[in-house]
Amino acid sequence: MSHDVIAKETGVAAPAKKPAVRPVPFRGGGFRHRPHGPVSLLVFIAVLVFWEIGCRYDVISNIALAPPSQAFGAIMDLVHTGMLWKHLSVSLYRLLAGWTLGTLLGIGFGILIGLFSLVRAGLMPLVSALFPIPKIALLPLFVVWFGIGEGSKVATILFGTFFPTVIATYSGIDSVDRNLIRMGQSFELTWLSIVRKIIIPGALPAILSGFRISAAIAIVLLVAAEMIGAQYGIGAYILTAGAEFAIDKLIAGVALLSVIGLAIAWLIGRAERYFLDWRT
Amino acid sequence: MELILENIGHDYAETEVLRDISFTVKRGEIVCIIGPSGCGKSTLLRFIGGLERPDTGRVLALGEPPAGSLNPLTYIFQDFALLPWRTVEGNVSLVLEDHGIKGRQARAIIDDVLARTKLADFSKALPRQLSGGMKQRVAIARALSVRPAVMLMDEPLSALDSQTRELLMDDLIELWMRERFSACYVTHNLAEAVRLGHKIVVLSRRPGKIIEVVEIDIPLNERPARIVELDNLQRQVWSIVREEARQADMELTHVA
Repeated sequence: MSHDVIAKETGVAAPAKKPAVRPVPFRGGGFRHRPHGPVSLLVFIAVLVFWEIGCRYDVISNIALAPPSQAFGAIMDLVHTGMLWKHLSVSLYRLLAGWTLGTLLGIGFGILIGLFSLVRAGLMPLVSALFPIPKIALLPLFVVWFGIGEGSKVATILFGTFFPTVIATYSGIDSVDRNLIRMGQSFELTWLSIVRKIIIPGALPAILSGFRISAAIAIVLLVAAEMIGAQYGIGAYILTAGAEFAIDKLIAGVALLSVIGLAIAWLIGRAERYFLDWRT
Repeated sequence: MELILENIGHDYAETEVLRDISFTVKRGEIVCIIGPSGCGKSTLLRFIGGLERPDTGRVLALGEPPAGSLNPLTYIFQDFALLPWRTVEGNVSLVLEDHGIKGRQARAIIDDVLARTKLADFSKALPRQLSGGMKQRVAIARALSVRPAVMLMDEPLSALDSQTRELLMDDLIELWMRERFSACYVTHNLAEAVRLGHKIVVLSRRPGKIIEVVEIDIPLNERPARIVELDNLQRQVWSIVREEARQADMELTHVA
């Protein structure tokens, strides 16, 4: 078969015949992602269904895992007793206060480190030394310093979000196109104008992607901070559930954390689209 | 206003990049600086506008800039240097804001320079929506808005394709016929140099020294019609730089 084709093409066997015309085969397919609308939803539902069935027919032991229906029931309990809002509001307050303060301070110090070499020389080693410390390890200290109430919890989240924001901000400033700064200087823009109109907008993409990291860290630290001296809060709820071995409640709490995380990611995505619409 | 360069020399670390450069940019004159890559021509332009300091020699300004000139020495960059987060008019207004020009006065200047660069319909566009040629026209509009005495152009057409380059060269000639600006025009493209230069300063390979200064007395607007003479001129300049360019190409890079 293939020999025939070659013979036809080269025209050796049948010189009188017209050369065969055929389309050039397409070879450029694959290796490209396309949107597959409902697939993610279907996978999510399938996982829940298998999980539910597995629990009902004892394939999954109910010591290891509670079925999603029970976890949903636990959430509904929270709704009915009005505790959902209580836990959520306390946790969201801690997240918001800690993250906002940590982020504002982080951007402030990041800008100072990014702009002034003296500040950079003084603070960079300190930031590098403190950044890798798990802030959870400092929680007992924070309790001593800021009290067992809200202070220590907000402080934990504040310190946890501060360092990644500092690093995101100054590396964003470092990555601003030097030619744009030189352009500003060549038109005799004032120092403040160059910072305000060129450097900070140029560093904004890096600052906003730093937000994603610091938000995830804030949620991790929220649960950790609510381990000590917290009566309410999603973290406290999960820890109580764990102590009582109430797996349905534990899963319900984790699902709530996941929802908070998704909501924050969505908000940051919106902020990026609003502030960075000039990007391609 | 005239610019006078006196014995400019410069070293980067161990490497000497420029040696004993002296020439003058007269009023209404376009001086093209050509030379092989790495001969320090862009560095020289940064000295001329005060963005860097030479090790030896100095750049002097003779006479006062014209009245109303906000930024006598104004650059046009190879990579356009537009703020991607500002619209076309925002990029022009950027260089006016610090001079306290806002509101209706700024509006008038912006409309005027955008009209002169044929960008009036694109004032609200973002840089990413524009072609390379249009981006460079925005940069030219921005430069015009501060009424420069001397334009310092660093390979302004090198990032553009050859057709856009032709069109923009025509635009530049048209603009010069009207405004008679002075300019220092750095390029490695001989065709641009003979089309736009009243004077071509030919630099050697590193360390850059002046090999020759070629004066061209054909008026700018007559040049497209006198293509044969221009072609001969270009060949003449090429014969000067050819050997330098060949040897520069064989050198290892020492300067980052």
